[in-house]
Amino acid sequence: MNARMLPLLAFGVLFALLSFGIWYIKDHNLKEVPSPLIGKPAPNFVLPMLYDPQQSLDSKTLSGKPYILHVFASWCFVCRDENPVLMTQGKALGIPLIGFNYKDEPDQAKLWLQQFGNPYDVVIADFSGKTAIDFGVYGAPESFLIDGQGRIRYKHIGAITAETIEKNFLPQLEKIRQEQAP
Amino acid sequence: MMKCLQLFFICLCLPFAAYAVDPIEFKSEREEQRFQALAKELRCLVCQNESLADSSAGLAQDLRAEVIVQIRDGKDDHAIKTYMTERYGDFILYNPPIKSTTWLLWFGPFVLLIIGAVVVLNIIRGRKAETKNITAAEDPVKSDW
Repeated sequence: MNARMLPLLAFGVLFALLSFGIWYIKDHNLKEVPSPLIGKPAPNFVLPMLYDPQQSLDSKTLSGKPYILHVFASWCFVCRDENPVLMTQGKALGIPLIGFNYKDEPDQAKLWLQQFGNPYDVVIADFSGKTAIDFGVYGAPESFLIDGQGRIRYKHIGAITAETIEKNFLPQLEKIRQEQAP
Repeated sequence: MMKCLQLFFICLCLPFAAYAVDPIEFKSEREEQRFQALAKELRCLVCQNESLADSSAGLAQDLRAEVIVQIRDGKDDHAIKTYMTERYGDFILYNPPIKSTTWLLWFGPFVLLIIGAVVVLNIIRGRKAETKNITAAEDPVKSDW
């Protein structure tokens, strides 16, 4: 090979690499940390209900049917933007939507839900954030799709949009339903 | 004026220094050393370029608290790191483990180094051959530059 072509080749390789980088980050968030819990049993938890702290929800009572656990908080600005999507499309998924109120003041959370709407069937409160650590939560919003056997099938980091429901949640849910009805 | 500016910049630094440190009371120097070493090796997932030791994020505080609780429960460093990676994946470790998916990460630079060395050697050899040809063909007096 002609040695004079070497700089051009090096430029070409660099150019290709940088172009790939720009293309890749268009639909990949590099700050997203993939969860090692996908396909594994969801951690067990017993957490108080937001609206009735005397009562608590045991994750064992949820088994048998798929559900979505959605991490939100009144301090989370993105949650505000995505809430309308949950109010309409989230409810239309036809499975329980469980609100996981993450490190929040209960009064603030209730006020927030009153103001922006409550899309959840049940809201549980993790004030200490200990259960959230078991789920590998590192921010809000995050959502977990959990199947009838109690396994985490899909985790979505960041806001839920109509597109993510269409592209990710519905296909995953369809898979779960097909497995359950052989 | 200079003094005023200096004071201003010093003040800017103050609140942050106070922020990142939790009031953890260590029971012994050994415990503190273990905790500090672990907190330096674990990544804060909120602000991903900081370790747990440096970060003031809420989650980092929670995870630091978890580390100290587990140290006091008598868990060894390996068990605590496993606890973290089971929940957050290898990304939480600043020192990624060597396994098939991280081979490129660990050994890639050495491969590049070898490729670079081969290229450089080739160029040097080519030049040597060139200069030999030139000196053989030309008058030794004329080429004495």
